[in-house]
Amino acid sequence: MNVPAVPPQSGSAEPGPAEPGPASPGSPSRGADGPPGEPVLNLDRLSLSFGGLRALADLDLQVDDSEIVSLIGPNGAGKTTVFNVITGVYQPSSGDVRFAGRSIAGKPPHSITRLGIARTFQSLRLFLNMSVIENVMAATYGSTKAAPWESILRLPRARREEREVRALAEEVLSFFGQRLAGYRWDEPAYSLSYANRRRLEIARALATRPRLLLLDEPAAGMNPVETHEITELIGRLRDERDLAILVIEHDMHVVAGCSDRVIALDHGVKIAEGGFDAVASHPAVVESYMGRDPEALAEAE
Amino acid sequence: MSLDAQPPAVGPQVGSDEWVARQAHRREYAPGWVGTAQRASQRIGWWPRLAIAGVAGAALPLLGLGGFQLQVGIDALVIALLAVGLNIVVGWAGLLDLGYIAFFGFGAYGFALLSSSQLGSHGIHLPALLSLPIVMIGAAILGLLVGLPSRRLIGDYLAIVTLFFGEAFVEFTNNVAPGSLGGPNGIISIDPIRIFGNIQFNSNESYYYLLVFLLVAVMAVLRLLDTSRTGRAWRAVREDPLAAASMTIPVNRVKLMAFAFGAMVAALAGTIFAAQQISVFPTDFDTPILILIYAGLILGGAGNIAGAATGALIVMVIYDGLLRSPAESGYLFYGLILLTLVVKLRPWRRLGLVLAATAVLGFAAHAVTRALSPAAVAGGPQSAGWIAAALRDWVIVPANPQVPGNFGFVLLVCLLIAIVQVKGHWRTILLVPTIYLAACVWEARLIVEYSVTRQLMIGAILIVMMNARPQGLLGVRRVEAAI
Repeated sequence: MNVPAVPPQSGSAEPGPAEPGPASPGSPSRGADGPPGEPVLNLDRLSLSFGGLRALADLDLQVDDSEIVSLIGPNGAGKTTVFNVITGVYQPSSGDVRFAGRSIAGKPPHSITRLGIARTFQSLRLFLNMSVIENVMAATYGSTKAAPWESILRLPRARREEREVRALAEEVLSFFGQRLAGYRWDEPAYSLSYANRRRLEIARALATRPRLLLLDEPAAGMNPVETHEITELIGRLRDERDLAILVIEHDMHVVAGCSDRVIALDHGVKIAEGGFDAVASHPAVVESYMGRDPEALAEAE
Repeated sequence: MSLDAQPPAVGPQVGSDEWVARQAHRREYAPGWVGTAQRASQRIGWWPRLAIAGVAGAALPLLGLGGFQLQVGIDALVIALLAVGLNIVVGWAGLLDLGYIAFFGFGAYGFALLSSSQLGSHGIHLPALLSLPIVMIGAAILGLLVGLPSRRLIGDYLAIVTLFFGEAFVEFTNNVAPGSLGGPNGIISIDPIRIFGNIQFNSNESYYYLLVFLLVAVMAVLRLLDTSRTGRAWRAVREDPLAAASMTIPVNRVKLMAFAFGAMVAALAGTIFAAQQISVFPTDFDTPILILIYAGLILGGAGNIAGAATGALIVMVIYDGLLRSPAESGYLFYGLILLTLVVKLRPWRRLGLVLAATAVLGFAAHAVTRALSPAAVAGGPQSAGWIAAALRDWVIVPANPQVPGNFGFVLLVCLLIAIVQVKGHWRTILLVPTIYLAACVWEARLIVEYSVTRQLMIGAILIVMMNARPQGLLGVRRVEAAI
């Protein structure tokens, strides 16, 4: 990747089918493909309880094709829990998770990822002692088929798959330009800087050829420049790779910069949904972050 | 991709962190001719390296190794084969399997039953090319069964459960079916391995060559597997099972596969072991052997095929070979001390002073003691060879060395602890009596009690390794995720 051919990200805070005019080649035409009326991801009255604790309560959440949806909320609101339910780490207590029209609730994580949902982790979970390119290649296990004895004998199918997997890994890593440039590919993943580890996690997720990408705080621990880069990157992922993206983020610059739609959670309940400005100024959202204003409280009484 | 091979100056400019990466890459090689050798061996690739090692191993008997030494070589190769197989489960998949030795036993007993008069009125005498696959497939199925707990258990819990399995195997062969398994008497007069009708392995030389061939072949197969999707999946599961599952890897299936492959290699080692020994007994498959396999794997570097084999060979040669013949174990003992001093003591002046002081102290102590009581030095060194001759007037070994030797050993341990605690010049000064006392205790007691000494030596080597190179001889440094 030599030219960062990024169209200036519109930073649209408007929900709905904004941005009329000439769309770039990979640009979304939301709702056009897929089963009509069915979003890519549809959480239907999803609930999850740990014993007496209700982590998620009757949560409805939709993500459309090529849409970037941000999930915000204070710590402990249940954002990462939503990811864990979608990817099969937790089983929902009630409700349904539908992906491209099929129910995926109850499936194991590796099957769900094979269907086209890939994720990154809030606390980085790279394969630290494997090389950078092996991290990415490992994520193609589900899409390859060569049996161990085929690999040992280097039979045609194993060789072809290995070639394809390597090409895919190189393509995915090249998406990040100089940041994950070729000279790093055979270095162990632990030698990467923190920001590059986050990028590698995204690259690894891309290698599963997802249709929906779940990013858990992609800008956590990054400096302002890197945060800006991540914001642009999320836009590029949608525009160039035609992904639907659900992103958890605390950094409001990122949320404002990339989201088509913002959903606010608190105590496992959806408290607001809509464009960034509308959600950010929504009283319930302000209250969940800041606590209730005593004066307003007094007035209300 | 080799960094050194990149064309310089053309293309994109080298960024500062790329420069750092290249420097770090260069520094991995030792300076001098060692580094040159390392770089050359890197350049020729893995299979010529393996082939060279195999040819070198096969050439050893031609250099005059025979008899006792050949038996040591055979034992070492069997353990190396086991360590290479254990590396799949422990080094790659990261599953602490303490029941691994049972698959070795299963292979040996399986082959013994299929190639002896033990079962039925006439016995079963299958050709090796038939019984070998049967035994290995059986071991793989057993591996799958034993691996089942790994779906739910990790770490310490899995270790304990598999340890029970290993012990259960010994108990089973010992007690449960004495009719067919022979109980404590084992199974005897097992057929030698015979392939293609007339090629028969019946001498130690032939088994040595067979084992060298099999070790090289298994290492090559595992290397090919390591660089495939299966190998990557194993290592991904070791690094982070949750992330692996989120990256399309069916974690449980991959774990079971590791157990099955490890079991197959162990069973292969077992068949050769049984055929070469001509007999199998339950005690051949008990925990001490397991500890040796683990020691080899850790010493060589878990996660590295060549490391596992090298470590196991070193451990077994020390354990079995050198320490059984007093003359040669002296080379090991004094060699290790001298090597450690040369490596650790700087500047050279200090090294010279310590060595000279130790020599002077020895002769002085010997002379004084003889003047006081001739009986106190009447024992003389109990080792053999020219080292013993050189030390005759240096070490103090009483006529009846048993009790003084024991006290000396305790004092030596105290001195070693003291050396670790003090710092600076005191450490150097304390080194002199410690080395001297170590030599005296060695000549008085340790050399005679080799079954104890070799355990101590393995322990000492592992302690030194842990401090000097925690990743093992050929292992690669690993970091733990800070979660």
